[in-house]
Amino acid sequence: MPKFASVLKQNGLINFIIFNKSMQQYETVIILTPLLSEEISKEVIAKFRNILTEGGAEIVHEDNWGLKKLAYPIEKKTTGFYHLTEFKAPGELISKLEIEYKRDERVMRFLTIRLDKHAIAYNEKKRSGAFNKKAETPKAEEVAQ
Amino acid sequence: MANEQIQYVTAPKVEDNRKKYCRFKKNGIKYIDYKDANFLLKFVNDQGKVLPRRLTGTSLKFQRKVAQAVKRARHIGLLPYVTDSLK
Repeated sequence: MPKFASVLKQNGLINFIIFNKSMQQYETVIILTPLLSEEISKEVIAKFRNILTEGGAEIVHEDNWGLKKLAYPIEKKTTGFYHLTEFKAPGELISKLEIEYKRDERVMRFLTIRLDKHAIAYNEKKRSGAFNKKAETPKAEEVAQ
Repeated sequence: MANEQIQYVTAPKVEDNRKKYCRFKKNGIKYIDYKDANFLLKFVNDQGKVLPRRLTGTSLKFQRKVAQAVKRARHIGLLPYVTDSLK
């Protein structure tokens, strides 16, 4: 199988197959340093958006949470700019994207996860707004503590 | 008259027959959002540790998902790894 895959890769066929067969949906959260100005942070975000779209991804949703306080210091900073992107992409794009995250010093943290069907449904519901904190309604008083 | 004040040798057991249940099963929640730190707070103690199933009543299937969500939330700085005063 690996041999077969490498042959395909040489021919550029594997791109074709992956692209057509499995466009998985992903979600990625990045935390940028708070030292950036508004414009530069937008620039950084645009840079990663370009990487995604050039890699054949289709951006489903974006959300900028703005400057948020961190639960613990990361790189000696107590705040960070959060940005969330939801996209459909061929699987091999993810490693490329994460390499770019690692290379960029302005990115303090990143997290990319694949969304399963429940997650996609949840996110859509959340976006449509019909959802006003539905996940939090389950009886809070029942918390064992 | 003398019997009015009964003294127990051992503390009487307060009957609490409410059975624990899995809130995810009961409410039909299928996905636990790691971005919702306030919700995840219900599943960690004040040190930020994940609470055991025997306290929260969560089913095994969803306990795994809770744990995963808490770990993700920690990674992106929404929940602390270690702390003493979360609540």
